[in-house]
Amino acid sequence: MLGRTANGLFWMFRYLERAENTARLLEAALRMALTRDVVTAEAEWRSVIATLGLTQAYQAAHDSYDGVAVWNFVLRGSTNPGNVREMFGAVRSNARMARTNISSDVWEAVNENWMRIDRLLARPVGQTMVGEALAAIRRAGTQVHGAFDGSILRDDGYHFARAGTFIERADSSARILDMKYFILLPSLSYVGSSLDTGQWEQVLRSVAGARVYSWLNAGQIEARGIVEFVVLDDRFPRSLAFCRNALRDCLGALARSHGVEGRAIALMREADTRISHLTVDQIFEAGLHEFLVDFLARDAAIARAIAEDYRFHA
Amino acid sequence: MNAGHGNFDEMFDGDGRTRPAYADYSRWYNEQPPEFLRRKNREADDTFRRTGITFNVYGEDQAEERLIPFDMVPRIITAAEWRKLSRGIEQRVRALNSFLYDLYHRQEIVRAGRLPERLLRGNEAWLANMVGFTPPGGIYTHIVGIDLVRTGPDEFFVLEDNARTPSGVSYMLENRETMMGMFPDLFSRIGVESVSNYPRRLARSLAACVPPAFEGGKPTVAVLTPGIFNSAYFEHAFLADQMGAELVEGSDLRVVGGRVQMRTTSGFKPIDVLYRRVDDEFLDPLTFNPDSVLGVPGIMDVYRSGGITIANAPGTGVADDKAIYSFMPEIVEFYTGERPLLPNVQTWRCADKDSLAYVLDNLAELVVKEVHGSGGYGMLIGPTSSKREIEAFRAKLVARPENYIAQPTLALSTCPIYTAKGLAPRHVDLRPFVLVSPEGIDITPGGLTRVALKKGSLVVNSSQGGGTKDTWVLKD
Repeated sequence: MLGRTANGLFWMFRYLERAENTARLLEAALRMALTRDVVTAEAEWRSVIATLGLTQAYQAAHDSYDGVAVWNFVLRGSTNPGNVREMFGAVRSNARMARTNISSDVWEAVNENWMRIDRLLARPVGQTMVGEALAAIRRAGTQVHGAFDGSILRDDGYHFARAGTFIERADSSARILDMKYFILLPSLSYVGSSLDTGQWEQVLRSVAGARVYSWLNAGQIEARGIVEFVVLDDRFPRSLAFCRNALRDCLGALARSHGVEGRAIALMREADTRISHLTVDQIFEAGLHEFLVDFLARDAAIARAIAEDYRFHA
Repeated sequence: MNAGHGNFDEMFDGDGRTRPAYADYSRWYNEQPPEFLRRKNREADDTFRRTGITFNVYGEDQAEERLIPFDMVPRIITAAEWRKLSRGIEQRVRALNSFLYDLYHRQEIVRAGRLPERLLRGNEAWLANMVGFTPPGGIYTHIVGIDLVRTGPDEFFVLEDNARTPSGVSYMLENRETMMGMFPDLFSRIGVESVSNYPRRLARSLAACVPPAFEGGKPTVAVLTPGIFNSAYFEHAFLADQMGAELVEGSDLRVVGGRVQMRTTSGFKPIDVLYRRVDDEFLDPLTFNPDSVLGVPGIMDVYRSGGITIANAPGTGVADDKAIYSFMPEIVEFYTGERPLLPNVQTWRCADKDSLAYVLDNLAELVVKEVHGSGGYGMLIGPTSSKREIEAFRAKLVARPENYIAQPTLALSTCPIYTAKGLAPRHVDLRPFVLVSPEGIDITPGGLTRVALKKGSLVVNSSQGGGTKDTWVLKD
């Protein structure tokens, strides 16, 4: 497989994942804002912008954190080069680039969803349309993944696509957790105290884990349990542990098919040993924020190493 | 229904009777409820949009990608007509390859006084560094598209030879897929020759053209595209995909160890046959345009030393400019020793004083084309142009007469298209696709029918708003 094509598949799925996660984050915030007073709602929208790393760009364009302004900025803001409309354009152009390595089922799923999303985001998104737009973005992820799972040869291309998915997903889950942790916990002494359960519930919604978590924990919402769930529960497909496992499998398969283990695998092993034997108590003890910052840095380093190992660029 | 304007209509004769080629189709068509046809017509549009069969238009911000309109009424050719056409096409393509070999070797045709030397010296597509070099298998144009027009029951003319990088084959294939998806019963009732094996035929034909450096096994074939912003990117990806070949860009390729190699996830891998969809001048920045990033530095050296086959061969374009076209009857005779089976359209070379005088006197009746132009740009269609347009063109013509040829406006045949008000005649042309390898010449039974969607218009180019139709060659 061409290095450029591998790069195309990797980024096609990173952008697809990023668009989906952004939609989930907005959906959770929207729900939160609807049930709270104006001040809390504003804090909520502020945290969305911060989680996405858009604070500077947003503040350059807006003075206040109003829901309509925030979601429009995130979804289609002209001064936000990483808006969801652009992201989905990037999904499609990467799919075009890798066209010979994806099935027509996958291509059509991408193309049709792109057409729908591009149309939905062509004009400012008002209160009545935001739900539909966010659902369409989420559904796009589901459809493309479904077409992909059902029609793609399990060869290198598959593993590059999956690697992109899990690098991005881990990045997203870690960011959401970190941001909430900062906002919710002004100092370490707050750990274990009675936290705003609504806020924590919103973390769960942002990672699509609210229902599953309640089911596993008999409806008990508390910080320790949620961190354990989102970081360590390797049964949950958006947890950090699950993403690491999946990524480990991808890198293993790629190493086998190429007959050589690259730097990405070495970095992976090192990162892996730091998460597989941890308990949630140890994480809190050493600092959740420090843990997440370290996790994010390693995730990014692995992504860079994949690009080098497999000659994504000339 | 009558075409009603004196031109030959492919479906109906002058009395409104259905011609034999369309008998079965017409019966089927008349059985369909009008609402069904209306619905199918809408569906076709959606199909193309969903599958993303688009072409890019340069210089338009918003409409970067456009759909080529598709008309669901097929253009039908009988088996007997096709046999005749095929013979003519094969003869012409054979002559084209012999001609190209000769031009880059002894130039017998010039020595014999049958082709003026100035046509070569002034030819922008001429490549000095192809002189004396013989491409693998002696083949210059591996993939050819011959544009034909029809004016009567037995009158086909060649309008243009596309010997360098003919496009449109993906539309031929997708049009058929779409038709079969929409009207499966039609194909079970009428025997139509298949076109869908074209990619396999292309792969086989290219694989038969391996270079001397080929080391055995399965040849590695790749399609070279300028990238996703190229107007024909869809076609490049489509063909690579269907052939099971890699779709490469210049940045994926590098000359390593005397071979052109592609950068794969496990290192560089040599390419044997490169089906390039990049123009000559961008192919090798070391030899041609130094600013180009589309090509591969050093590929021409590898090529000349037998390390790779380039299809079509660089320098092939010398055979398809419109000044050379006007000599095609002589060229066919010179290399095949036979009379051309397919006639040219009468052509006046404006470089010639008498011809120029005639053309200037008759501008309102003629079509004037740039010798090196393509895609319907830079041409004058006398009968549909205003006085002012004609006068503006006259000035260009007088300034650079050698840059132009002129042809009569032919009574191009029409073929009905589907409209909300029923069938309506529109002008069509036809581009069959031809593959050439040391194993022989292979013509896919069908081709791309382009159709002018505007009533009375003669312009069928997609860049100028033309559409396409599925093209059927009937089985015997």
